[in-house]
Amino acid sequence: MVRRVRGQISVLGPPITVGVVGLLLWEAFVRGFGIREFLLPRPTSIMEELVDNWPVLRHAIWETGWIAVSGLLIGIMAGVALAFVTTRFRTLEEGLTPLAVVVNATPIVALAPIFNAWFGITGTLSNQAVVIAVVFFPVFINTSRGLTEVHPDEIELMRSYAASEWTILREVRIPNALPFFANSLRLVAPLSVIAAIVAEYFGGPQDRIGNVITSNVAFVRYDVAWAAIAVASALGLTLFAVALIVERASMPWRAAMGDSEYTTTPGRE
Amino acid sequence: MSNPVLAEKAVVVDGVDKVFNVGSDSEVEALSDINLTVEAGEFVSLIGPSGCGKSTLLRLIGDLLAPTTGALTVFGKSAHEARLNQDYGMVFQHSGLFDWRRVLANIELPLELRGWSKADRSARSAEMLGLVRLEDFGGHYPRQLSGGMQQRVSIARALSFQPKLLLMDEPFGALDEMTREHMQLELLRIWRETHTTVVFVTHSVPESAFLSNRVVVLSPRPGRIHSVVDVDLGERSDDTRQDPAFFAKATEIREALRAVESGE
Repeated sequence: MVRRVRGQISVLGPPITVGVVGLLLWEAFVRGFGIREFLLPRPTSIMEELVDNWPVLRHAIWETGWIAVSGLLIGIMAGVALAFVTTRFRTLEEGLTPLAVVVNATPIVALAPIFNAWFGITGTLSNQAVVIAVVFFPVFINTSRGLTEVHPDEIELMRSYAASEWTILREVRIPNALPFFANSLRLVAPLSVIAAIVAEYFGGPQDRIGNVITSNVAFVRYDVAWAAIAVASALGLTLFAVALIVERASMPWRAAMGDSEYTTTPGRE
Repeated sequence: MSNPVLAEKAVVVDGVDKVFNVGSDSEVEALSDINLTVEAGEFVSLIGPSGCGKSTLLRLIGDLLAPTTGALTVFGKSAHEARLNQDYGMVFQHSGLFDWRRVLANIELPLELRGWSKADRSARSAEMLGLVRLEDFGGHYPRQLSGGMQQRVSIARALSFQPKLLLMDEPFGALDEMTREHMQLELLRIWRETHTTVVFVTHSVPESAFLSNRVVVLSPRPGRIHSVVDVDLGERSDDTRQDPAFFAKATEIREALRAVESGE
């Protein structure tokens, strides 16, 4: 256990060091060259604004966080559900996958103004719709690949046990799809925050992170805008961390393979 | 078991043809007029150049493919019935172990599918782990084991429900020479201890001579039985590999293969 904690410190150490040194250099650079605050504020003044505007920012985190997380969950469920349906009915997949690729190549955030017109600008639905659309396709494509790209020997083995399609799905396809699904989760978790904020740039209530950024930039309060960006970045990182935790918890065999101690001491169930 | 004579036949392949993609441009005749009988308790190898249909024949016996014409029986039942009854175990070149199951859980998979109780499964998987001498590795995940160890787990899984027939498709093909020779001895020990019938696909001449009672040499396109070589080397050990009788049999098989490849 002690070694595990030490291991995590040694993993986190280098990026934290780089981050702190980077912030110090930033501070020194802005002070040393007399860069004007509206071009690039110092980290310390961003921090000050973060503290001063905390009630507004905290509220914005809740608003945007709700849009991102609810859109993320709905998008994931829809993507996984359609992946199961197309795995079961291959002809549907042949028709849907090219369509999914075309829609995926469309810059979804460009649809934000249209969604505002469709779903109204005052509620959360139009922004959630952007998040759902952004999240849906990577999850759908990765999960359906994981469900279908199974080694043929594994299917033959299951057939030699006279296993039904349902049993093959449960015992082989779903566990096989987990790493694919986890990859898409790592991708879409921070993407959901980006999608929510870009969608918010196109108007709507002023209490969300995207609008806090645009309105403060409009009033030349760049340091507050930077504080809002820092908050958005923290939100994205948090969701990414949650995705990693879900990944490790759902695939203990991968965690075990990454742990070198495990190979030398045989464990028992 | 009413007919003891029939019950002695582990596998009967009767006038089997296999054509893939019937009626299309890519129609391929993989096997033609195959007749083969494997007696219960025998170890029979199928050998031949690539494209001779040896893996196809194995899959026909396992009812993973259906014959175009002809019939196959496994212990007196149709191959289809035998598969539904899980009368055989299967081992592939790729160990086919599931990454997400620990070694014991992999061995227990066929037992789970047959509805065995947890206690019965644990008892049997522990016994099987002993049979393949991996007692200390039950809690490992497959990827934490070497290729040879994975293949032993795969054999343990195939034997866990004590099938009377073991179908093996180049199971040691991906292993290095030393591991391969060790695994061959292990397999012969397990075969003797379990009284299983084995049908073994290989492309290695020494492997087929070392393991088998009979070696079936197939010719390619379409796959036909060219000849059957009887091998009687008694109890095998590592010394058998230096035995002149072993070299003589290997030479006989190799000459049959050469004849096949030159189209005789």
